[in-house]
Amino acid sequence: MTDALLSAKGLRVHYHTRRGPVRAVDAVSFDLLPGESLGIVGETGCGKSTLGKAILGLLPPRTKVEGSLRFRGQELVRLAPAAFRRLRGEELALIFQDPMTRLDPLMTIREHFVETLRAHDRKLSEDAAADRAAKVLRSMGIPETRLEHYPHEFSGGMRQRIMIAMAVVLRPKLLVADEPTTSLDVIVEAQILEILEALRRSYGMSLLLITHNLGVVAEVCDRVGVMYAGKLVEIGPIADVFRRPIHPYTQGLLASTIHMGTTELRSIDGMPPSLLAPPPACRFHPRCTFARDVCRAEEPEKVEFRPGHVAACHFGRDFL
Amino acid sequence: MARGHSLLAYAITRLVLAVPMLVVLLTAVFMILRVLPGDPILALWGGRTPPEAVVEDARRELGLDQPPWVQYGSYMTGVFSGRLGTSIGELYRGQSVWAVISDKLPATIELAIGSMIVASLVGIVTGVVAGSRRDTWIDVGIRLYGTIVWVIPIFWLGLIFQLVFGVWLGWLPPHGRWTGTDIPPQVTGLFTVDALLAGDLSRFGKAVAHLVLPCLTLGLVLSGFFTKTVRASMLKTVTADYSEAARARGVPERRVVARHAFRNALVPVVTVLGLQFAILFAGAVLTERTFSIEGIGQLLLNSITSKDMTMIQGVVVVYAAIIVAISLVVDILGAMIDPRIRL
Amino acid sequence: MLDVRDLQVHFPVKMSAIQAVGRALVRQIRRGRTDETPVRPVVHAVDGVSFALGPGEILGLVGESGCGKTTTARAVLRLLAPTSGRILFEGTDLASLSEEAMRGIRPRMQIVFQDPHAALNPAMTIGQAIQDPLLIHREVAAAEAKEATFRVMEEVGLSPPEDLFDKYPADLSGGQKQRAVIARAIILRPSLIVADEPVAMLDMSVRARILELLLDLKARHGLTYLFITHDLATAKFVCDRIAIMYLGRIVETGPAAEIFREPKHPYTKALIAAVPVPEPGRPRAQALPRGEVPDAIRPPRGCRFHPRCPVALPTCGWEGRDFVDYLEDRRLNPETARVDETRIGRPTAWTASGLVVHRAARPDLAKLEEAVRSVLALAPAPLREAVTEIDVSAGEVAVRFREPEPLEPRPVAGRSVECLLY
Ligand SMILES: Nc1ncnc2c1ncn2[C@@H]1O[C@H](COP(=O)(O)OP(=O)(O)OP(=O)(O)O)[C@@H](O)[C@H]1O
Ligand code: SF4
Ligand code: SF4
Ligand SMILES: [Mg+2]
Repeated sequence: MTDALLSAKGLRVHYHTRRGPVRAVDAVSFDLLPGESLGIVGETGCGKSTLGKAILGLLPPRTKVEGSLRFRGQELVRLAPAAFRRLRGEELALIFQDPMTRLDPLMTIREHFVETLRAHDRKLSEDAAADRAAKVLRSMGIPETRLEHYPHEFSGGMRQRIMIAMAVVLRPKLLVADEPTTSLDVIVEAQILEILEALRRSYGMSLLLITHNLGVVAEVCDRVGVMYAGKLVEIGPIADVFRRPIHPYTQGLLASTIHMGTTELRSIDGMPPSLLAPPPACRFHPRCTFARDVCRAEEPEKVEFRPGHVAACHFGRDFL
Repeated sequence: MARGHSLLAYAITRLVLAVPMLVVLLTAVFMILRVLPGDPILALWGGRTPPEAVVEDARRELGLDQPPWVQYGSYMTGVFSGRLGTSIGELYRGQSVWAVISDKLPATIELAIGSMIVASLVGIVTGVVAGSRRDTWIDVGIRLYGTIVWVIPIFWLGLIFQLVFGVWLGWLPPHGRWTGTDIPPQVTGLFTVDALLAGDLSRFGKAVAHLVLPCLTLGLVLSGFFTKTVRASMLKTVTADYSEAARARGVPERRVVARHAFRNALVPVVTVLGLQFAILFAGAVLTERTFSIEGIGQLLLNSITSKDMTMIQGVVVVYAAIIVAISLVVDILGAMIDPRIRL
Repeated sequence: MLDVRDLQVHFPVKMSAIQAVGRALVRQIRRGRTDETPVRPVVHAVDGVSFALGPGEILGLVGESGCGKTTTARAVLRLLAPTSGRILFEGTDLASLSEEAMRGIRPRMQIVFQDPHAALNPAMTIGQAIQDPLLIHREVAAAEAKEATFRVMEEVGLSPPEDLFDKYPADLSGGQKQRAVIARAIILRPSLIVADEPVAMLDMSVRARILELLLDLKARHGLTYLFITHDLATAKFVCDRIAIMYLGRIVETGPAAEIFREPKHPYTKALIAAVPVPEPGRPRAQALPRGEVPDAIRPPRGCRFHPRCPVALPTCGWEGRDFVDYLEDRRLNPETARVDETRIGRPTAWTASGLVVHRAARPDLAKLEEAVRSVLALAPAPLREAVTEIDVSAGEVAVRFREPEPLEPRPVAGRSVECLLY
């Protein structure tokens, strides 16, 4: 097996709030291989974005991060801020859901690029930086004449292209994309996904794609992880997880997703718990139709039910 | 141009629009001073019957015996050609209103601009520091400063400064505008500028020295408000989406604060700054009193007590012009910072 | 039941006084040499939309953001005044009705908004919010209102109603809030419900239940829905008929099953093909339309989809701007960019004005004309063939395009399509 590019072991992220710690990511473990694309799916508030921010070291001050997160062998948990800053943009990149607000409205696109490139290479001249910017932008279908424009002069899809161009201009090894197409229309979404795919192929970059859209994951990812209430409840090759889901939550999520082939409506009863006081043992038990006493008493172990297909459910075997 | 970021086109348009704005304001002044409260002369005397001669003077000088549109016409042409009439009060009777005002105006302008510099420097620096270090002891300290300074009376702070720096330490002249024979040759009337124009640094130093205490007093009192506004604005912009995105690209925190957070925080602040500058002219009255500076704030107060109708009108017209100028500068500053409001 | 004819809604573009004056000045200086800066720009949000809705039917208005779905809905409810057109609702034309007369109609038509959090007043309890329309429109006694409120709350699944009646919106989940919004909408027993993206803001696991509720209520009360969504999968499942909107026009409308089985309009085809499907291994959509939905302030001439249409014809509405866009595209390739820089000039040097695009060339008109011809020869066929003449006179080179063929909805295979292919 190749060495993992990114490897999380028992990663925990607890936000500090007045009402106590919010356990947004709890004992999450996974490996991400070079050049691979891994999807992370789950409903609102399950901790997907938190996971992404933890990888980039962008959590708010006073957030408790525990466990291990190794990137190319380097431990990211408690990495010195200056070292982390250098990794960001150069090795690790992040793009966000809402391209409309992610660009500074007072700066031209050129200034954005120059700033980014100069942050990693102080000796780079402004013209050289602009040249590199023009090249990446062109590859995303934006002519260089638009470098001098301000963000408000671009449409949503264009802005997301610019964000991606800026994220990959330094050829990072890992791109974390947090709902990159959620606020875009389907045609533009498809265009953006195509760009992400092409980048991964041509740069050999790994992609961690965070989304709640199962269709997007199915189109782009090799593997997928399912999060529920801060836990990674299932992870495995895309075809296995989608066609033969093991965890009852994954089953419910797939069944309740409305897609072009939907013929009957299904849903999961109840709603996700508060992460201030998540249910003990299996966090899904209050909503799980298969729950039994053991689910309320003991936290299920992660078990590899098929090669590379891991789930955390006491009765996983029953669903094989 | 159609793409929407021509600063020049914006500035020119704004300049053109300043003219109707001035006309509207001047008309408002005319209405308030002459038309609305009935007979302005009697109103000034507050119910008591003024001496016959005074009423006559005023009537003639202001043309009150004529129909309103004739008054309005001559008022407007007068204002735009710099003829503001002659004083009818005891202090300056018979003197040209414009001459009196232009004698006093520079003092107030120096005070106002000086205080504004103090207020914005102090306010912006403290606000940025506090806003980017939320809930640290430094933030708590600055918030405390903002509140205290905001409630301190100008008199009191002015007196303390006079006492400490002027009398005990003797570092700075405690009060009064610079007078005497060695003032720089008059060009603009602003001593600082005139000294620089004459290329005389020692006199410039002296002019500044006279300004320090009054400007510090008024500036510090006003800075409290700036501190609070800038801090509140910074709190939003340091955690804004674009700031977070910049961090994600590895932009150093200092630059995120200085470029993204700070400049975006300025957008709402500039408008407030302009408003404050206008209000500052009111605050200047108190400061002029405390430091016995003969500015137009004092002049306005004196004209009211001496029932000098033409002088009051002249000062208010000047205020109107100043407000138009400030709003022009503020709008153009705003457009310089924010490309979205350009043309 | 609802019959909308040639509905138009135009909004003036918001701008500051300075911008308004400035634009007028710039325009004055340029003397109409360009159609780029209309003095009083309007957004053509809805531009000639017609559809009919029978009792008990669910019509889906489907399209990308900004295509005019919500505006159409709001105009139907007279939440905004249409610029022109007719809105016949149960025999009355709402388009010209006074606000007062509308009050009598309002109880018959209700809306369910996209954002349940914003639709409920945080200072009102759930019960108060739901019974509010009853108290306003029917003037019933308090006790009676409460009873009716309990009944609808049960009906929408807000139970037990006694407990929830006095709760505030903040205490409810998103799904529950949406139920409350639906309860408020049906308490007056309306005949038409406009549902504007009713599940878009909800989590996947809750969506199905809300949709189920809507379908259930329809069956029980014989409701009619105008269902607005950008999610094709939801539209496919819920709607009897759908109308696909693009940039203020309906481009295709007909039975949902038919359209999804075999879309006819090139835009509908592209839209359906682009929807990601949670089915690993399925091949990705090929040949996506380029670019994005253009600005509704100056919608493209002719067929509004023509700049993006993969199968466009020379008659689809090509105009001056498209030539400038084509020059922009050539900038993406360093090779052609370099050639154009010297021979054609920057795209911004060209001024588009309606069907014409022109550029002044002082020294050498012939060379410029020659360059334009060679660049056009490489242009996509529909654009190239739409050029009627290249005019060299008065110190400038002008490229002229043909008038677009008039477009109108035509019946095609059991539906109506607005496209020159048919
Ligand atoms: N800065 C913060 N302080 C405290 N709690 C936070 C903070 N950011 C997020 N949370 C909480 O952490 C949990 C996980 O949030 P996160 O944003 O990671 O979820 P998500 O899966 O990305 O959701 P979505 O799909 O809505 O984007 C939520 O309960 C959220 O309220
Ligand atoms: S462990 Fe029990 S409660 Fe949890 S998912 Fe499995 S069966 Fe359901
Ligand atoms: S009319 Fe039809 S073929 Fe022509 S551009 Fe429009 S959609 Fe394409
Ligand atoms: Mg998120």
